[in-house]
Order: sequence, then structure tokens, then C-alpha cells
Amino acid sequence: MNNFSKYKKLFLSTFKLSACTFGGGFVIVPLMKKRFVEELGWIEEDEMLDMIAIAQSSPGAIAVNSSILVGYHVAGFPGAMITVLGTVLPPLIIISIISLFYQAFRDNAIVNMAMAGMLCGVAAVICDVVLTMAGSILKKKRILPVLVMLGSFIAVRFFSVNIILIILVCGMIGAADTWHQGRKKSSR
Amino acid sequence: MASGKKKEQQIKVKQKVRDSMIYLELFWSFFQIGLFSIGGGYAAMPLIQNQVVDVHPWLTMTQFADIMTIAEMTPGPIAINSATFVGIQVAGLLGAVIATVGCVFPSCVIVMTLAYLYYRFRGLDMVQGILAGLRPAVVAMIASAGISLVIMAFYGERTLPADLTSFNVIAVMIFVFGLIILRRWKTNPLWIMAGSGVVGVILYSVF
Repeated sequence: MNNFSKYKKLFLSTFKLSACTFGGGFVIVPLMKKRFVEELGWIEEDEMLDMIAIAQSSPGAIAVNSSILVGYHVAGFPGAMITVLGTVLPPLIIISIISLFYQAFRDNAIVNMAMAGMLCGVAAVICDVVLTMAGSILKKKRILPVLVMLGSFIAVRFFSVNIILIILVCGMIGAADTWHQGRKKSSR
Repeated sequence: MASGKKKEQQIKVKQKVRDSMIYLELFWSFFQIGLFSIGGGYAAMPLIQNQVVDVHPWLTMTQFADIMTIAEMTPGPIAINSATFVGIQVAGLLGAVIATVGCVFPSCVIVMTLAYLYYRFRGLDMVQGILAGLRPAVVAMIASAGISLVIMAFYGERTLPADLTSFNVIAVMIFVFGLIILRRWKTNPLWIMAGSGVVGVILYSVF
């Protein structure tokens, strides 16, 4: 594939995804997974999760950060610039237009009904991707990842623990686990 | 006569300086918002409020509440949406572009550095182990965000109400059908989102 068509695909994909990320940054995850992992095959599923971890623990919006990572992975620095542009343009255009008549937009009954319906669809999409991802972690048949998953879920959900802290702790758990397994292997 | 013209010119220059100052201020404000909002989404809200309502007199509190509502109704990150909105209100389309650039600039630098490090070192066993430790945590975080969305969709509030039976029946129906279609046929999520918007308009206007 030549560079131009790759850039074009990157731009159009991120533009379309960004135009549809209602309801917060994580909504981009299933959309990116569908597009870049399943349809285009540019990224592996594990890599996608790593990217989300990086996007999540860096400053700024998750959607912007993860598109920078995708662009960088596919086509280096120019790729990242293109995906940022693709991600930023839809909200820029939409909000610019809406700012002209935002009170009418906010109070419009049909807009509100469509948004209420869409919120349910978005919730279903996120639940679908969580089920798939949690399934692939359970399939590894190791206890530690499952414990990490449950523990971080409880920490985020019920104790609102800072996300950076969770990332740090889980990274350390992963490191300790690798070290431990390495020792087990070498002692055999 | 001549001195009057000179004064006029001086005022014009001052005006120009002030005009370009507003761009710089927009850039700097949203640069800070972009730099300090870690964790995305609602974490950015108080920061944005501080910059555009308290530090600068760009929006009133009512306008700020409006833009937060619109940011939730429209696609795109809240920080980008408010950068565009504030930029346009304060300094027109160019203001919107500059505020948006300011907002994503810190992300670009930091994330690209991390991406470079990731591709450079991810082959190492230790880095592999750390990343493997992170993956389940990422799934947990997405799950938590998903539950918040479900609660928002079913009850219209961000936290669970005391009366759990007060959920919106139409919302639950759209959600369940959407999820079944996704699980059963692996449909493109975009269709589910668009479809549930259309179904929402139809069902809510009938009932």
C-alpha cells in the first residue's frame, strides 16, 4: 500500500470514529478495535489494550491520545499528525456550527430523543467490548490476571481510586510476576 | 492634525496587540487544560471551569453548564468541545482552532514520546510482563466506564438512585436489543449507535 492511500485511510477512519464517539473517551475503544484490529488488521488485540493503557495514563483526552498511538504505529510521526487532525476536526466542525444556535439545539425535543436512544446504543457497544475483552482474559486460565481485573474494578468503581495509581500498581504486579516466573524457569 | 493621526495609529496598534493577546491566552489556557487533565472525560471539567469561568471572564456559569450539556450530546472529547466553543465565543473561528491546538499539543508531545518508548522496548521480557499486568486493569476501567454509561442511560443520573425499579423501560429495551444484535451478529458498532438514535426518536415520540 502506498503512503498516500495509507494516510487517506488513517484520516478517514479516525474522522469517522471521532464523529461517533458519544458518551466519553472509552467509546472510541470498541470502534477502534472494530476498524483497526478486525477490519484493517493493522493492530493486534493485545497491542490495542497496551495503547489504551498508555492513552489512559497520559494527559489529555483518551480519544485523542489513542488516535495518536494508532497513527504513530501505522505511519510514524506524519501518521500521528494525520490521526490527530482526523480526531479533532469532527468536534471542531460540529461545535462551531452548533455554537451559532446552541440554545435551540439543547432544547430541541427530537435531538434529545435521539441522544437518549443513542446513549443506550453506546452503552450496549461498550458492554459488548467489555464482555469480549474480559472473556479473552479469562481464557488465559491464570488466576493472577483475573484477580488484577477484579481488584482494579473494585478500586475504580467503589473507591474511585486514582487511575494513575492503579496503572502503577498493576504494572508493578506484572513486573513482579515476570521476575518470579523467570526465577522459576532458571531454577529448573 | 498630525498628532491626532498618530494617536489613532497608536490605538490601532494597541488594539492589534490586545487581539493577538487573546489568541495567546486561549492557547495557554487550553494548553494547561490539556496538560493537567489525566484520565479523560469528566476529570477535565473542573479544570475547564477554573480556566474559562474563574481565571478568564470568557463564559458565565450558565454558559459553562450549557457547553457541558452540549459536550455530552455531541461527539468528541469534552475538552476539545469546550475549546472550540470558548474559542469561537471569544475570538471567532481562528480562536476555536487555536484553543483546540493548545488543548491537544501536550498530548501529542507526551503520547508520541511514550509511543516511541513502547515500540522500542516492548520486546523486553520485563516490559512484556508489565504490559500484561496492565491489560486486565484496562478492561476493568472500561467496564467501570461502561457501567456508568448504563446507569446514565437507564436512570438519567450519574449514580444509582435509591429506587432501582425507576428505570426507563424504553432505554432498557434499546440497550438489550443492541447488545443481543452485537453479540449475535458482530455488527459494526456504528450501525448500532445510529440505529438506537433513530429508534429512540420513534419510541420516545410514540410513548
